[in-house]
Amino acid sequence: MTAASLPITGRPGAEPALSRAWWALKNSLVLARRSIARIAREPEQLIDVTIQPVIFVLLFTYVFGSAIHLAGGASYHQFLISGMFGMTMAGTAPGTAVGLTTDMSSGLIDRFRSLPIARSAVLAGRTMSDLATQVLGIAVLSATGLAIGWRMQNGIGDALAAFGLSLLFAFSMTWAGACAGMLLRSPEAAQAMGFVLFLPLAFVSNAFVPTQGMPAWLRDFANWNPMSAIAAACRNLFGGSVPTDTTAWPMLHPELAVVLWSVGLIAVFAPTAVYLYRRKVLR
Amino acid sequence: MSKTLAIEAAGLAKAYGSTRALDGLDLQVEAGAILGMLGPNGAGKTTTVRVLSTLLRPDRGTARVAGYDVITEAAQVRERIGLTGQYSALDESLTGRANLVMVGQLCRLPRKQARRRAAELLDRFDLAGAADRGVKTYSGGMRRRLDLAASLVARPAILFLDEPTTGLDLPSRLVTWDAVRALAASGTTVLLTTQHLDEADQLADRIAVVDRGRVIAEGTSAELKAKMGGERVALTVAPQSDLAAARDVLARRGDGPPHVDPGPRTVEAPVTGGARRMPDIVRDLDAAGVLLDDLAIRHPSLDDVFLTLTGGATDHEEAAA
Repeated sequence: MTAASLPITGRPGAEPALSRAWWALKNSLVLARRSIARIAREPEQLIDVTIQPVIFVLLFTYVFGSAIHLAGGASYHQFLISGMFGMTMAGTAPGTAVGLTTDMSSGLIDRFRSLPIARSAVLAGRTMSDLATQVLGIAVLSATGLAIGWRMQNGIGDALAAFGLSLLFAFSMTWAGACAGMLLRSPEAAQAMGFVLFLPLAFVSNAFVPTQGMPAWLRDFANWNPMSAIAAACRNLFGGSVPTDTTAWPMLHPELAVVLWSVGLIAVFAPTAVYLYRRKVLR
Repeated sequence: MSKTLAIEAAGLAKAYGSTRALDGLDLQVEAGAILGMLGPNGAGKTTTVRVLSTLLRPDRGTARVAGYDVITEAAQVRERIGLTGQYSALDESLTGRANLVMVGQLCRLPRKQARRRAAELLDRFDLAGAADRGVKTYSGGMRRRLDLAASLVARPAILFLDEPTTGLDLPSRLVTWDAVRALAASGTTVLLTTQHLDEADQLADRIAVVDRGRVIAEGTSAELKAKMGGERVALTVAPQSDLAAARDVLARRGDGPPHVDPGPRTVEAPVTGGARRMPDIVRDLDAAGVLLDDLAIRHPSLDDVFLTLTGGATDHEEAAA
């Protein structure tokens, strides 16, 4: 050990921005790998992206779906799976919040904070690992869909585009969840937020039913809800969109709307989450 | 000045509502030394460690660690410190090895080196056999050892240990002590907090006694004991004998006014070089017809120092454990 002589003349104080960004990314990846390694030891963490989507698909298809009749006699299976893509991707938000509140309430966070790592790495590591689990979510959802008769009608290229948009949307949602995780004090509170805030927001959209039947004020909200944009974009790309009479801009250009929404949400939520983290940990 | 300070804190203050966790705390630790912070629960030991390790911003005061300001140059400080807190800072669901490799990689070691360093530390802390088990399955002692190992991954110049042996059994405590000694011998500066007086006595080069957010005494163990005065002769007088007669003898033969406690019938007085002066005292007591139940020469212990300085504010059982 060569620690005897002080002060140490090691790395200079101000590290070049590029090198700092590189190490922030590397640190985030190490922490993302940690979260994923945890999942391997506690697979029940994957319920959100495995069992839950299957149950939702079955419930909606065979319970509610039987009472839902789409315009022009379109297939509800085809309609629903695209909505479920939005639902499952958005479902990362409460998951991220729960994961982060758990981390923040454990002693481990003190270890991370005493290490020379980027302040954003703890958050970015979590959002990246949550994004990775969404790849599994997409696989489970696709398999469930295929089993009940859903098809990727427009070919593999469009399907891949839908997967890509879904992951982009999921990434924006995990940063929203990261913000919530920084504001809430316990995993229980994060779980509760999922039910009282996230679920209603997700339901007021075209994910499960067309918006035509909603009261006008609710319908406007639903048409501008990013959940509706991702669902509509997936319907365009997988096939199975139903004709709508709305002139809301996101419903006319859902793919572009998903990109804009996602980039915008990341631009707002990521810096806010990092700011909240810094404020939280210095008290 | 020839000595380099690894840690220097001046006037640190931190309040939580009306509770003053730190109230003008000053501290200096020379590079390569072991400083023991001794104090009762709530004295401000943990808060000090958290401020010095950049985890907490003080309300007032300044602190430099390895020459860097803990507030404005926190990143530089973090590159040079290791921290083992009071509560385990490990990922319970990962293996011991995975925890250490992760910390190594976060400290910018390439994966291969991180793995090598992890194996080295697992060996050193007697955890090689449990390395690939989940930390969840570890005993308390194993956890603390792994935690200590994690704070050493990056070979820090300065190590903070917050009550490193609280709740440990004797073998684990000895492993920890050996590790701390070895680190200090290789030049690492160590600041450790403890409630165990014997731990401070055994390990620390210097001891800072902390109470109510300030350092109330600082020095080597010997210096602190010397503050209590030297040896004392303590008599317990038999019930049928006269306390006053015993007091008169010690007043004549001792080096200071005797202290009489009528309840347990004891008389105490400072007597420097006690053993050599015992025969005179015993002869005089015999001549005065004083019968004794007990007679002892007492050396001041760190317990005496601690209890006197802090006004007996600590849970004695815990402090002496």
